[in-house]
Amino acid sequence: MNAVEIRDLTVAYDENPVLWDVDLDIPMSTLFAIIGPNGAGKSTLIKAALDLIPRAAGTVRILGKPYREVRKKVGYVPQRGSVDWDFPTDALDVVLMGTYGRLGWIRKPGRAEHELAMHCLETVGMADFAHRQISQLSGGQQQRVFLARALAQEAELYFMDEPFAGVDATTERAIIDVLRELRAKGKTVVAVHHDLESAPTYFDRVALLNVRMIATGDFETAFTQENLVKTYGGRIAVLAK
Amino acid sequence: MNLFHELLFDYTLRNVALGCMILGTVSGVLGSFAVLRRQGLLGDALAHAALPGVCFAFILTGLKTPIALLIGAALSGWIGMLSINQILKRSRIDSGAALGTILTVFFGFGVVLLTVIQKSYAGKQAGLDKFLFGQAAGLVAEQVLTMAILSIIALTVVVLLFKEFKVISFDPEFAQSISIPTHVVANMLSALLLISIVVGLNTVGVVLMSAMLVGPAAAARQWTNSLKKMLLIAASIGTISGLTGALISVLGTKIPTGPVIVIVLSLIVLLSVLFGSARGVVWESLRRRKRRFVEGQR
Repeated sequence: MNAVEIRDLTVAYDENPVLWDVDLDIPMSTLFAIIGPNGAGKSTLIKAALDLIPRAAGTVRILGKPYREVRKKVGYVPQRGSVDWDFPTDALDVVLMGTYGRLGWIRKPGRAEHELAMHCLETVGMADFAHRQISQLSGGQQQRVFLARALAQEAELYFMDEPFAGVDATTERAIIDVLRELRAKGKTVVAVHHDLESAPTYFDRVALLNVRMIATGDFETAFTQENLVKTYGGRIAVLAK
Repeated sequence: MNLFHELLFDYTLRNVALGCMILGTVSGVLGSFAVLRRQGLLGDALAHAALPGVCFAFILTGLKTPIALLIGAALSGWIGMLSINQILKRSRIDSGAALGTILTVFFGFGVVLLTVIQKSYAGKQAGLDKFLFGQAAGLVAEQVLTMAILSIIALTVVVLLFKEFKVISFDPEFAQSISIPTHVVANMLSALLLISIVVGLNTVGVVLMSAMLVGPAAAARQWTNSLKKMLLIAASIGTISGLTGALISVLGTKIPTGPVIVIVLSLIVLLSVLFGSARGVVWESLRRRKRRFVEGQR
């Protein structure tokens, strides 16, 4: 069984298609990169898979089922810029939000949830910042808090929207360590990724996307110069070997 | 001591003080969520949108049944909110313009109705226009009780759904992804906001209501970086402004209560912006100056 199966997915904003007839299979226990230029529909693909935006056509199956049936097994790391970091809360509290889905309505996080959240902060190397107001964290630290929140979801499959965007070297290393640890535990990670150079070392498989699916598979077969040119047009400066 | 005695045993003073404190508490809490969700102006729009409902309720029931007027206010506020949502969903008009449009259209309509009522029900309607600016001095025990019940309901919901309200305010998309129905929860918050507006109708009126929502929240944010504490501080600031305003206006000269409360509140906001412990402007500029001094020493 694949972790994610997308068939004939089309999404449109104001009648302009952002994704057109996309098919995608993501096998279990892989680190999977979604790559493409700005406006290629990478974030849209993740959001459509998570039922966050309506689909014009197509089906998405997550762990063999519709998303709403497996929500508790799916973790999500939105783009860092999608929230207001001036919100009055601290790092630990944000990570605790990862437990809200399991808790259900009204129930408040208790000691078990606090311990889990602290553990997740430790995993991303942020334990010392647990009670730091989130606006006082650097961009990389904020990104690690978001990652810790997803870990607190204790999911089987993680969708991450640009987890490496604008982070420092320490954070980049911390994140990739966490991703590898997740894979070792049999989890699947689907990440939108920007950097063509690091992609083949960080990830197992790749999808090249530009509104349509250009190519998908392992890096040997899919990440070719020809496919990259098709994805980025003539604008590509850094090419894979 | 004498003042304390009067506060407890003087019928008018007790009602005014209690009413203003209840309003301050509930508007401080719900206003905080509105401000954090960048919807500070929504409260203003909904408060103004409540006016035609009050007038219709008066025309229909003929009497000044307090409950009917409040229900009318809530209904027309709700219609105002649905209209704003529809404008945002179906057109390319941005939220500021949508709020402004609904606010003025509903309020204008309300003022027309108010004039009609004043002409055709001459004399009998005395005091209906108090909904514009409120008339806390005229509060009776029955109204204060209604305000208290509505506030307790609203605050109980906030306590129960605190974590849901928090997560949809901070990261609505994430909330949706963990099966919290963001739209439903956001609508509940708006409904509670409307309740707090209804609570304030008799006291500060539709025109000044937004100050009661935005003021305590803006001031409280300066003192803390925790949502829970922000809600508690906002509630306290609302309560204190309510009490102080009520005392000044009842005991001092005959100034209407609503405006006095708003002035007291504004002073607290000003002090908080300058000296708030979490992000007061004065401390931040001192810190900046100190850093510059230290760097100059090197």
